[in-house]
Amino acid sequence: MEQNFIRKLIFDEKTRALLIQTLVIGIFAVLIYLVTKQTAYNLEKRGIGTGFEFLNIAAGYDISISLIPYDSNDTHLRAYFVGLLNTLMIAVCGCFLATIMGFLVGIIRLSSNWLFRNIAYVYVEFTRNVPVLLQIILYYTILLHLPKVKQSIIIFDSFYLSNRGLFSPAPIFKDGFSVVIGSLIVMIIFTFFLKKFLKKKQELTGKQYPIFLINSALIIFTPIFFYYLMGMPLEFDHPVMKGFNFKGGMVIRPEFLGMLFGLSIYTAAFISETVRSGIISVSKGQREAAQAIGLKANFIMRLIIIPQALRVIIPPLTSQYLNLTKNSSLGIAIGYADLVHGFGGISLNQTGKAIEIMLIVMSTYLTISLTISFFMNLYNKAVQFKGNI
Amino acid sequence: MTPNTSPYLSPNKMLNWSKKNLFSSWVNTIMTVIALIFLYEVGTFFLNWAIFKADFINNFRGETITDRTFCSKNIEVGQHGACWAIIFVRFHQFMYGFYPVEEAWRVNLVYAFLPFALIGVLFDKLPLRRVFLYFTFAFPFIAYFMLYGGPGLSVVATNKWGGLLVTLFLGVTGIAMAFPLSILLALGRRSNMPIVKSICVVFIEFIRGVPLITLLFTANVMLPLFLPEGVKPDNLLRALVAVTLFQSAYMAEAIRGGLQAIPKGQIEAAQSLGLNYWQTTRKIILPQALKIAIPPIVNTCIGLFKDTSLVLIIGLFDLLGIGRAALSDITWTKLYYEVYVFVSLIFFIFCFGMSRYSLYLEKKLKTDNS
Repeated sequence: MEQNFIRKLIFDEKTRALLIQTLVIGIFAVLIYLVTKQTAYNLEKRGIGTGFEFLNIAAGYDISISLIPYDSNDTHLRAYFVGLLNTLMIAVCGCFLATIMGFLVGIIRLSSNWLFRNIAYVYVEFTRNVPVLLQIILYYTILLHLPKVKQSIIIFDSFYLSNRGLFSPAPIFKDGFSVVIGSLIVMIIFTFFLKKFLKKKQELTGKQYPIFLINSALIIFTPIFFYYLMGMPLEFDHPVMKGFNFKGGMVIRPEFLGMLFGLSIYTAAFISETVRSGIISVSKGQREAAQAIGLKANFIMRLIIIPQALRVIIPPLTSQYLNLTKNSSLGIAIGYADLVHGFGGISLNQTGKAIEIMLIVMSTYLTISLTISFFMNLYNKAVQFKGNI
Repeated sequence: MTPNTSPYLSPNKMLNWSKKNLFSSWVNTIMTVIALIFLYEVGTFFLNWAIFKADFINNFRGETITDRTFCSKNIEVGQHGACWAIIFVRFHQFMYGFYPVEEAWRVNLVYAFLPFALIGVLFDKLPLRRVFLYFTFAFPFIAYFMLYGGPGLSVVATNKWGGLLVTLFLGVTGIAMAFPLSILLALGRRSNMPIVKSICVVFIEFIRGVPLITLLFTANVMLPLFLPEGVKPDNLLRALVAVTLFQSAYMAEAIRGGLQAIPKGQIEAAQSLGLNYWQTTRKIILPQALKIAIPPIVNTCIGLFKDTSLVLIIGLFDLLGIGRAALSDITWTKLYYEVYVFVSLIFFIFCFGMSRYSLYLEKKLKTDNS
């Protein structure tokens, strides 16, 4: 009987699995118990309490870049939100710029011009084989060594680039501008349905409509019409040189620009590779078949190549977006006030609540990552093969 | 033989080639001209800065450069290029950090034997591969003894390590320690046991969902909190723990890709021969899966090697950290581009080498299968 039991433990798959899992749980439980006990002891000895009450204490430090009103009397919780918004801002801007640059470079890599192709190749190899942190620091250094404010580089008469960042006109929205924005949103929704409707009609009758032309015209001209109808409710506040600095307008600080350039130039190199391999992956027969039925070159690209390439491109593109978002935490190296720099760095040093703060920071990044994966997976599902496969 | 029949560099061939690749249409011709102008401008600027107008050891007056005031560009502003003297003068720091000068031979010895520890792993058709693999397993212990010291050698504490030594140490050790862990994680993730599986999934997804810098912070701040009082891991070890865990999660995903590519028939065939789980895994599944997974594994290794530069944020002096330290030295400050270009170049050499190796493997695997 007893021998039978031991036999079962060793040779019966189910019993063995049960045994192993019980062991794993046991080891984990003991480990967690030991670590918690030790941590509690260490914390008590250092006089650090636990709990999240510190979130309501005044933070006591300034943050240079903030999307919402903030000063040093505000709480740590507000400092957290300032950092979170800064992280999201750099992530969104970075992904946007990196996608555009990546697609451009990916297409240039397939150009028929040998020189263009190889310049793009050199760019890709050099940027993706050098740490992104080094690149961020390098671009930031270059930005800090631009001419002084008085000798700003002037772009289009209204942008001033200097070692204090990029000064640009700030838009001032007057009453009635909401109508313009509203008309834009309505048009975007309307054109979405119009496109579906016209496509259906095309399928039924065979008559082709210039859908893209109609829709872009609607989206561009309707808001312009309303803009003039409401009496041009948008003005610009231009930066003006006063004393040693600019007054008015708005400024994009070199920390933000450095992060933006570093992250997007680095990530664009990776995106360009996924774009290139995506386009290559569409078999030659597809293009030839499209040519054989008489499609024009731009139609072949839009209707045949890109939809199939996207299927290959989207999954790696998602992980590039995730990488960029995570790399935005490197702002701490150049003083960009993101989540890790402000809340995870200064707040941690001031309160000593390492466990709580790291927990919050990590779960925030985890949430952002999971959200991006979720939406990109939805989009991925939308472009994947439908039907019998 | 007439020159026209030679396969190389016949004028006709070159003409045809450039017609096809550079001047096939008028758009193409314009692009070629733009690219040539761009290359000329960038190329002359960079070459002048980096080589022709640069200082290496002596400045334009022939004096040896001992601090930044001797740099030609600081004597005649705007006439000269880079001042590479900072690299030469601080070369020891870039390579070994604050390692004692008279002990540097120990590091050199480790650097010299590192390739021998690696080739056995990298090339499977090497003669005497088995001997090399034994050396690979012995190498970590030899390297630890040589670098840290012990009986017969003076102890060099890890806070004296720096520069390329720290970068390579974190990169190589992190990868080596993460490898077995990642195999276990990948197998665990595909296991039938729900608890083992969920632990592996949560671990992998958690690590992959947070930035490395938060893990480094956690290891740096919290590891001492978790451990008993007497145990105080030094900073380098803390960073190594974070780097290893980080790398193991990414590597596990690469290996999982390889595991998924193995047809189920392989497992069933092994089982029908009477092999048990570990025999099947070790003799049938892993050899095939790892072979498929090597290119993505190498890619994660390149990523890790670059990411070791993040340890400068928690106060370690890796290659980039040493560069920043050099710049904060009053006698050498403001030579940013020289330092950053040099550090980039070293990273580039290592990472580009690894990516070439991964390409070579991919090509080799392709011919094997077809």
